[in-house]
Amino acid sequence: MKPFRILKSNFLESFKGVFRNFSLSIASITCITITLILVGFSIFVTLNVNNFTAEIEKDMTIVVFLDRKASDEDIDAIKEKIESLDNIKKITFNSKEDVKKSMQKESEIFNTILSEYTESNNPLQDSFLIKVEDINRIGDTANEIQTIEKITLVKYGEGSVEELVKIFDLVKKITYIAVVALVIVTAFLISNTIKITIQSRKREIEIRRLVGASNAFIRQPFFFEGIIIGFLGSIIPIAICCFGYSYLYERLGGKLFTEIIRLIDPKAINYMVMVALVVIGVVVGALGSFRAVRKYLKV
Amino acid sequence: MQLIEFKNVYKRYQNGVSALCDVNLEISKGEFVFIIGESGSGKSTIIKLLYRQEKPTSGEVFVGGINVARLRNGKVYKLRRKLGVVFQDYKLLPKLTVYENVAFALEIYGLKKSEVRRRTLEALEQVGLKDKLRSFPDELAGGEQQRVSIARAIVNNPKVLICDEPTGNLDPKTSMEVMRVIESINNDLGTTVIMATHDEKIVNKMKKRVVVIDKGLVVDDTMKGKYKNETI
Ligand SMILES: Nc1ncnc2c1ncn2[C@@H]1O[C@H](COP(=O)(O)OP(=O)(O)OP(=O)(O)O)[C@@H](O)[C@H]1O
Ligand SMILES: [Mg+2]
Repeated sequence: MKPFRILKSNFLESFKGVFRNFSLSIASITCITITLILVGFSIFVTLNVNNFTAEIEKDMTIVVFLDRKASDEDIDAIKEKIESLDNIKKITFNSKEDVKKSMQKESEIFNTILSEYTESNNPLQDSFLIKVEDINRIGDTANEIQTIEKITLVKYGEGSVEELVKIFDLVKKITYIAVVALVIVTAFLISNTIKITIQSRKREIEIRRLVGASNAFIRQPFFFEGIIIGFLGSIIPIAICCFGYSYLYERLGGKLFTEIIRLIDPKAINYMVMVALVVIGVVVGALGSFRAVRKYLKV
Repeated sequence: MQLIEFKNVYKRYQNGVSALCDVNLEISKGEFVFIIGESGSGKSTIIKLLYRQEKPTSGEVFVGGINVARLRNGKVYKLRRKLGVVFQDYKLLPKLTVYENVAFALEIYGLKKSEVRRRTLEALEQVGLKDKLRSFPDELAGGEQQRVSIARAIVNNPKVLICDEPTGNLDPKTSMEVMRVIESINNDLGTTVIMATHDEKIVNKMKKRVVVIDKGLVVDDTMKGKYKNETI
């Protein structure tokens, strides 16, 4: 009971502290608000970029068509050569018979046309289906495969998607840097706010010391103050990010530009983002006050 | 061991000023001791050593069994909880009422509200201010403000009440009132009182133990002492 009562009174004390220097607290809260909006934005960007890169990676396949004259030994040699390249995740052989069968299965028209052909005059080609490790290097890998002999054609997914992945990757990186910079600035600003609270309450602190308050007790309210500032600063970003994303998702119909880039359903990530923003706000606030307390509340 | 002991205490401040020189003192439980001396003689330094505002340069200071010189910074609060301290400038918080100023000292213990109330009222009654609970410090006379600060100092039932020129800002009549309050605490509660002062009249009237300091040396220590000009 006792520690709880002490905690409670110190917590109330910190609330008063936030409002006593309200203009300063507002500055800190604004700063953390901006930071967290950006953090929220970058979380959504990151999650979506990761999501659709994974999707694309799953779908993006290099198709290697083989020369009709290639013998079984040639095919084995080509397979070995391709496997020896780096960035190759999986390679599967798709014989023209397989292709024929699967096409026949797909539609009645194909079925009738293709049944005309026998093994020897099958117009289709043998091919390899290749999955790569790193989607960003799929072009290079395709080019390397192209140089192998007895290969007629190498094809892979659309170039525009690849470009888009690169752009989003860049956006991701820039927001990361901005977030880190803002977090640092915010922590300093909060630290400064707490410093001023500490200074404006020198007398109170002095008296607390005189009547036997422990260091932990004296520091507690200032700690909480940073945490409260961080918490208050996370409310608006949560509203903006979560509602904003849900709204955008609805407006865009769950996709960006093309069907290929599907956005993640807000329901699946909004809660996580909320928690993340509160946690980051509180941690940044705590870091700021930790610094101030360490620096300006020496024993 | 006595409640308070100074053993060969030397104090030299950072700037090289030697404030105390081989001070030896013993004060037992329930005593009332004046520490007198002219300005700059080292009275406040003795007081500061008692509540560990300063550490002795050499020698040892014991308060209620605690070796003050060896006390780590983080543990100072344990000493302070055994003491009450009163200053010339009262050190009240202007935005808090009389009641809140006194209850402030109990906040750190996490007591129940009813317990805080009981103890605060008790302390304010002891100093005769029970009818000014809701006043703010700036609505009070100097003597009353000092009584509030005394109430705050005794609200945690300290073993020792330490005062540094508590009447320094008060006129003679008010000073005597405050002295009566402090004397009553010494009598009623058995609290040991150590008071630095250079108020001649008070010392002469109270007829308590007097320790005289001159240039950092204890030059006289007498029971029922007087403020003799020739010794200073
Ligand atoms: N924090 C300090 N730093 C340096 N020197 C100090 C400090 N405090 C006191 N002194 C010096 O130590 C000596 C004793 O000071 P102290 O305050 O103990 O005197 P005092 O007897 O209380 O004087 P007064 O009656 O004026 O209050 C003085 O010479 C003073 O200048
Ligand atoms: Mg002094």
